[in-house]
Amino acid sequence: MTPNYGSKRVVVGAHYGLRDWLSQRVTAALMTLFTLVLIIQVLLPSYARDSDGERIRDAAGNLQQIGGYDKWAGIFSPQWMKVLTFIVIVSLLYHVWVGMRDVLMDYVQPVGARLALQVFTIAWLVGCAGWAIQVLWRLS
Amino acid sequence: MRLTDAITGYRYPVMAIVSILHRISGVIMFVLLPFIIWMFDTSLSSEISFAHFTSVFTNGTGFIPGWFFKLIALALIWSYLQHLIAGVRHLWMDATHAVDLSFGRQSAIFTLAASVLLTLLLGAKLFFF
Repeated sequence: MTPNYGSKRVVVGAHYGLRDWLSQRVTAALMTLFTLVLIIQVLLPSYARDSDGERIRDAAGNLQQIGGYDKWAGIFSPQWMKVLTFIVIVSLLYHVWVGMRDVLMDYVQPVGARLALQVFTIAWLVGCAGWAIQVLWRLS
Repeated sequence: MRLTDAITGYRYPVMAIVSILHRISGVIMFVLLPFIIWMFDTSLSSEISFAHFTSVFTNGTGFIPGWFFKLIALALIWSYLQHLIAGVRHLWMDATHAVDLSFGRQSAIFTLAASVLLTLLLGAKLFFF
């Protein structure tokens, strides 16, 4: 344990300010990166692939462009995209918790109501994150 | 900027408006999070659920018409853009120490204008194309 006396004594606060400030920016940057990766993949054309991930060519040697569900599900099926999406889900969970906690601290003064809303926020976020992760890894 | 001041119509500088909209857009997305995950689930799980997903937005479901879902999606699009651009503005200010008044005002106006314009553009795509 770090010493907490003399010149090392922590005088005030829980000192989560800097940690939250940094985590809010790191998680935001990750979500922004995910947004760009997703937009690029949606805008670029997608092509049919075989089970090894190789692009399928027809007899004339042409690639087969795909759209709709096949394209959308194909974006999330590679393992790297699943891992990136998972990181973003966890980042979102923490980002929204810090943000909502700040909003509740500013606008909800009665301690009981604030605690109830904070508990609700945690339950809401953990529930949504679990659901999203289930969707992600159910996809082949 | 406080929420009560936003409601009572006290005039604030544009930076304060961007500040309160950051909170409002964040809370909107928090409240609609299950709807976002529902869209993620139905659009991704199977071809049948994907068809249901698109049908909800075009034909509606139960007594709720399709345009209502599009309107919710539009609210999410604006919230996301507003929150994202305002957030990038924060990161930019942190990284470059661009904290003078004129940069604050101009980047705040840019944030509001860019999010509204992109929302209109994507809204046109959502409703008419």
